Amino acid sequence: MEILVCVRSVPDTSDNEIALNGNGTDIQRDELVYSVNEPDNYAVEEALQIVAKLGGSVTVATVGTDEDEEVLRREMAMGADHGVLLADQAFANSDGRGIAAILKSFVKKGHYDLVLTGVQAEDGAAQVGGMLAAMLDYPFASLVNSIEVFDGSKLKVSREIEGGNKEISEIDLPCVLSIQTGINEPRYVGMRGIRAVASVPVPTYGLAELGVERESVGPAAAKVKRVDYFVPTMGNGAEMLSGSREENAERVLELLAAKGGLK
Amino acid sequence: MARIFAFITHKSGVVDDTAAELAAAARKIDPSGSPTAIVTGFGAELDAACEAVRPLYEEVWRVASETLHYPNAELIRKALVKIVPPGSIVLVAHDHFGIDLAPGLSIKLNAAFVPDVLTIDGAQGPALCVVRQEFGGQVNAHVRCDISSGAAITIRPGAFKPLENDAIEGAVIDKSGEVGALTAGRRYIETVAAEAGEVDITKHALLVSVGRGIQDKDNIAIAQELAGALGAAVSCSRPVVDAKWLEKSRQVGSSGKTVKPKVYLACGISGAFQHLAGIKGNPFIVAINKNPKAPIFQVADVGIVDDILEFLPELTNKVRDLRSVAAK
Repeated sequence: MEILVCVRSVPDTSDNEIALNGNGTDIQRDELVYSVNEPDNYAVEEALQIVAKLGGSVTVATVGTDEDEEVLRREMAMGADHGVLLADQAFANSDGRGIAAILKSFVKKGHYDLVLTGVQAEDGAAQVGGMLAAMLDYPFASLVNSIEVFDGSKLKVSREIEGGNKEISEIDLPCVLSIQTGINEPRYVGMRGIRAVASVPVPTYGLAELGVERESVGPAAAKVKRVDYFVPTMGNGAEMLSGSREENAERVLELLAAKGGLK
Repeated sequence: MARIFAFITHKSGVVDDTAAELAAAARKIDPSGSPTAIVTGFGAELDAACEAVRPLYEEVWRVASETLHYPNAELIRKALVKIVPPGSIVLVAHDHFGIDLAPGLSIKLNAAFVPDVLTIDGAQGPALCVVRQEFGGQVNAHVRCDISSGAAITIRPGAFKPLENDAIEGAVIDKSGEVGALTAGRRYIETVAAEAGEVDITKHALLVSVGRGIQDKDNIAIAQELAGALGAAVSCSRPVVDAKWLEKSRQVGSSGKTVKPKVYLACGISGAFQHLAGIKGNPFIVAINKNPKAPIFQVADVGIVDDILEFLPELTNKVRDLRSVAAK
């Protein structure tokens, strides 16, 4: 099975405080560490497991800049056979639809049975996979948390729906699936793995090579534009305890007793 | 102003809470307009759903088809493309169904896609101004969308308060004939119910809930010791289940369990909306997190900026001290 996984490099914000720049047009990115978008990493692992069973190859692609070659190499160190960087000045400031248009052109250049994306990236939009599928007229399933290969023409997939329930469907190939975290246990990548793929060439394709229409990408094509960021104020906010660790623990205990949390 | 539609989901005829929320969101886009509901399905279930939507929408488009008995996003997308006029705005809830439907729908309608909207500031000519969240709710963004060729918009469940107006008696208009035969490359087989775990977190009055901040499987014991001392149960957020540190039945959130404790100790949990959606009944929330900007502090009653790996053992000791004094 020939599998394409669309990945993206995002700032790792799980444990980090995010600050805005002076006028709120962006977050302060200098201090942030970029890494592969977490659901994308599960998607690559899933592709590797399918290919290990059935044969074929895994290609990882990203729409980005030269710096994003690093994230491709990380996924190649996991075992992906090929990495491709989709980069062009004209791609900058594309919205989700623009990114999907670039990926569509790349998919059309090859022959993939299955295209995977992560369910969503740091903007929480969960959009590119579904858009790409519609552009290609491929069937699509989002929030996929298990994949079983029926035969060469279709898959059995499970989607994560409310309450931890699973919606099971069959889906014809070729198709696009957006992968939810937790579907598998992504393998560890060490420095040795990264070094092993350091000399593998990663080709770059731009507007002309991909045959992307200029008017479908970039800021002019973007129907959706971020004006600025701001820090939200939801509700009244917590009463912050600022005592010593011991004092805070004592206060929490008093509160637990008062609120009926202590038996 | 473009015509606004709300796609209504229902389960066996029981309409989702978001039906009223989408009506409220539509009024924010066009205060003078009157949105139209679209309900798909089959038989008595569809009739019940249409009836339930009539008090909320002046017009209800009913699409009856045996193939739409289960809400398959691909089939519904194809049905909507046939009946929705060009340039329309289509609203759908940002849930597992909306995520499945709306991005592809926007492509087929050649319309803007506006995902997971929290607030609608209003339309200015061809531009719609909305607020979205990014980075797991740590920051919000003002977003401007060109809706001149229509839009598919997903609305965050719970973000819009249903309007308190006089009940309408909406007209049900049958659109089934315009849809015709539908086929899809994805076919529904069955729904598998979530597995019951060894501990039922929905039954506990006090939950010690751990998130990514617990850092390692071995550290789960720290939370279990506190829960043991308190007589509480240990629950968790999604990353802990993804990492296989706790079983799925311990997960609180829209894709996990909905809990109604009296007190909720959120330990190393950032507070993504999918997690908060699983906490009901307005419990007293104590949040402990190293990141002072964690969104959980906006919804918690009491917050402590600290490392849970240090704080939880301290709290466990205090609980044990209290218990031993009480025993004497």
